[in-house]
Amino acid sequence: MTDLSPSADPIYKTDALIAEDIEAYLELHQNKGLLRFITCGSVDDGKSTLIGRLLYDSKMIFEDQLAALEADSKRVGTQGGEIDFALLVDGLAAEREQGITIDVAYRFFATEKRKFIVADTPGHEQYTRNMVTGASTADLAVILIDARKGVLPQTRRHSYLAHLIGIRHIVLAVNKMDLVGYDHAIFDQIVADYRAFAGSIGIAAFTPIPISGFKGDNITAAPSDQTPWYEGPSLIEHLETVEVDAAAAQEQKFRMPVQWVNRPNLDFRGFAGLIASGTVKPGDPVRIVPSGKTSTVKAISSFDGDLPEAVAGQSVTLTLADEVDCSRGDVIAAADAPPESADQFEATIVWMSDDALIPGRAYWLKLATQTVSASIAAPKYEVDVNSLEHLAAKTLGLNGIGVAEVTTERPITFEPYHASRQLGGFILIDKLTNATVGAGMLHFSLRRAQNVHWQALDVDRAAHARLKGQEPMVLWFTGLSGSGKSTIANLVEKKLHAAGKHTFLLDGDNVRHGLNKDLGFTEADRIENIRRVGEVAKLMNDAGLIVLTAFISPFRAEREMVRSMLPDGEFLEIFVDTPLELAESRDVKGLYRKAREGQLKNFTGIDSPYEAPERPEVRIDTTVTSPEAAAEAIVARVLGQWSPTL
Amino acid sequence: MLPLTHLQRLEAESIHIMREVVAETQNPVMLYSVGKDSAVMLHLARKAFYPAPPPFPLLHVDTTWKFRDMYALRDKAAKAAGMELLVYQNPEALEAGINPFDHGPLHTDMWKTQGLKQALDLHGFDAAFGGARRDEEKSRAKERIFSFRTANHGWDPKNQRPELWNLYNARKAKGESIRIFPISNWTELDIWQYIMAEGIEIVPLYLAAPRPTVERDGMLLMVDDERFPLASGEEPQMRSIRFRTLGCYPLTGAVESEAQTLAEVVQEMLLTTTSERQGRAIDKDEGGAGMEKKKQEGYF
Repeated sequence: MTDLSPSADPIYKTDALIAEDIEAYLELHQNKGLLRFITCGSVDDGKSTLIGRLLYDSKMIFEDQLAALEADSKRVGTQGGEIDFALLVDGLAAEREQGITIDVAYRFFATEKRKFIVADTPGHEQYTRNMVTGASTADLAVILIDARKGVLPQTRRHSYLAHLIGIRHIVLAVNKMDLVGYDHAIFDQIVADYRAFAGSIGIAAFTPIPISGFKGDNITAAPSDQTPWYEGPSLIEHLETVEVDAAAAQEQKFRMPVQWVNRPNLDFRGFAGLIASGTVKPGDPVRIVPSGKTSTVKAISSFDGDLPEAVAGQSVTLTLADEVDCSRGDVIAAADAPPESADQFEATIVWMSDDALIPGRAYWLKLATQTVSASIAAPKYEVDVNSLEHLAAKTLGLNGIGVAEVTTERPITFEPYHASRQLGGFILIDKLTNATVGAGMLHFSLRRAQNVHWQALDVDRAAHARLKGQEPMVLWFTGLSGSGKSTIANLVEKKLHAAGKHTFLLDGDNVRHGLNKDLGFTEADRIENIRRVGEVAKLMNDAGLIVLTAFISPFRAEREMVRSMLPDGEFLEIFVDTPLELAESRDVKGLYRKAREGQLKNFTGIDSPYEAPERPEVRIDTTVTSPEAAAEAIVARVLGQWSPTL
Repeated sequence: MLPLTHLQRLEAESIHIMREVVAETQNPVMLYSVGKDSAVMLHLARKAFYPAPPPFPLLHVDTTWKFRDMYALRDKAAKAAGMELLVYQNPEALEAGINPFDHGPLHTDMWKTQGLKQALDLHGFDAAFGGARRDEEKSRAKERIFSFRTANHGWDPKNQRPELWNLYNARKAKGESIRIFPISNWTELDIWQYIMAEGIEIVPLYLAAPRPTVERDGMLLMVDDERFPLASGEEPQMRSIRFRTLGCYPLTGAVESEAQTLAEVVQEMLLTTTSERQGRAIDKDEGGAGMEKKKQEGYF
């Protein structure tokens, strides 16, 4: 067995009361609060032992689990057959076999005052991603320090991340005090060292507590017999009384991102959402953002009858006095202090994917209930989480943290992250894999977005097109080098020109001699190449032209980006489908040979991928269709004489 | 206004999760197993979408071996919620007469694991709510609230998405699906407290009563119908028992108990020294990794 005996003062669960008067006990426990916290440190700091103790003292570990744990400790434990609490905290089989943990585990325990959800993020190279994830929902962070070792680089890293993610309450748990003879001077020195560092990164206050997770000192009651010099609270006392974020959020202005419109019949139209901040009552004036329309709250409808009031942290359904437009993504806010909307921001980005950030690429950005297309510029700098130095960076790799400009396709309603986690925190989603690849925290909007307004033009795109007697359109030819894009595009343009249509052909090679001569062939440059061509094609499209483009444009995401710039139906993706072997055997420009010999890097089809269109408007199989026949068919489609038998 | 209580916070989180799923997926369904966790989940769904009924059906992946009391409450609860109830029984298991007495682990695999996959494919559900909790079992402590499954319903522990704040990424490719666990952060005690506070109806088997039982491999099993094969000379004995979890009756161990009210059940639970899933045979397969292995194969 283990030395880990229950603490002297069993304040978790009053067994006597449970046994004697369960009703009284339940009454006592019905109105507990909830605190979420994160523990930061490694197994060496005694973190697992501390968590094990919290669970064990609150009887969250049962005998059968303990028996299994003992058996596991003997089999795969790292503590020489002693109870290995790390095994209790490590769940997945693959991890156990490899002796690593790859994730965030959530643990639960309760005292008479509060229920606790502990996010446990074991330390290893995936640490940043996991700790940021675990910390994002935490009210408090327990930073564990081994009293024998003092403040280490990892202490700084943990503290920086906790502060970055906006945790307001930091506990410095100086652990293993039993191994330094409960020395007051050692404790004071560690606290002084930490204070100097904490101040330098903006942590104004923290609560230092000398503990022994193993012996139980100052865990449930303080001071322990061994630390008569300690005057602060025990760890549990502190966790039970510290203010939770949800309570603090009630003091702020009312905001509720609309999740879902509840419309069961014509007489009821409710707006469902989780209140991000503030309080709300029937009769309160509210404003719908971004439309700016105002109304008043008619009722807070619920399963248990209408509510007189609702507060931050509750999921509610509001009805409004007026028929105003309001749907998912909108924010219902206090009428006199609505949040802003903008489309350009500075933000801190935390990258969470093995595939590095690609500046300029369009990702989905989800903030509260809004999902928009967004791109991230090359970082202004990356932060080294160990030294906290700012480093120059062109991208962010897995676990990279940096500051960058974010541009969204349309304005989003937001608040700075320091004012609201709910309206300032966002995730980034890869459009192709759908993976969550990053997270971010908005600092502020950039003035550019607010001051550069669209100039309304009297002669608009419809007027341009009318004069030319044609439907503007972009014919986007995509395919491998040597597939025949330019050949077919040329033929199409000649035929359209002959039919009296105003056209313009943007050719890949030609554009790279002028507009894009500053760009190379890295992934980032290829994306920027396509973005610029897309913008130019869009301007020409506005001018009423039929634009033809012939670019390899190998990435699906960028082709979709251009499609989304244009009105529905005006983007025709034409996939010139030529097998690699055939294109390579033609090798008109001798490029494949150079690529095979290693003289050309990042060549599509050789050492850079080509992502074929999934649903192109037109697909031309050049193994069976001649360029002439292909051009005829495309022209027929453009001129509205489309026959589907290509 | 006072700070919210832990039950209010948990309720708000679960409702938020359910609404996100309805807003961001095409064809959600709620898996309903008739246990206490399902009862809480169904109640939360009714609250989330009130005054509308929850905008998805209930799906019971049936094994034909549940307790009779469970079938009775299932039909009643669905009706009270105004929701469509879909009951699915794996036709191959039905055909082969798969049962827990003769077929061991195959019973769970065919009725539940394969049955669930078949039912989800049959209806084309792209999102399924489940009542699993993180405190139930070790491998679940790390389970996401939104758990992604491949088109074959496989679960890859290394390929799950990080969940930050209350932002859930519900995007997926065609054919892929999500299992969503809205009561991930509830503990067994939370569940009981909520059931009491909200007056949620549960299967009477959770409360102690005299019931016919036999002892098998150290487990007390209830003889719920005539299909239970008795050894020669074996007589079911009446014992005052209740159940901490409910599954197929021949696989679910009872505890001897006098707790006839919810308060007394909680009292026993708080004073007990064994964990909730201890009465279930399923977790003991394949050593400690039993549940995890089943999850990779597509078990809920």
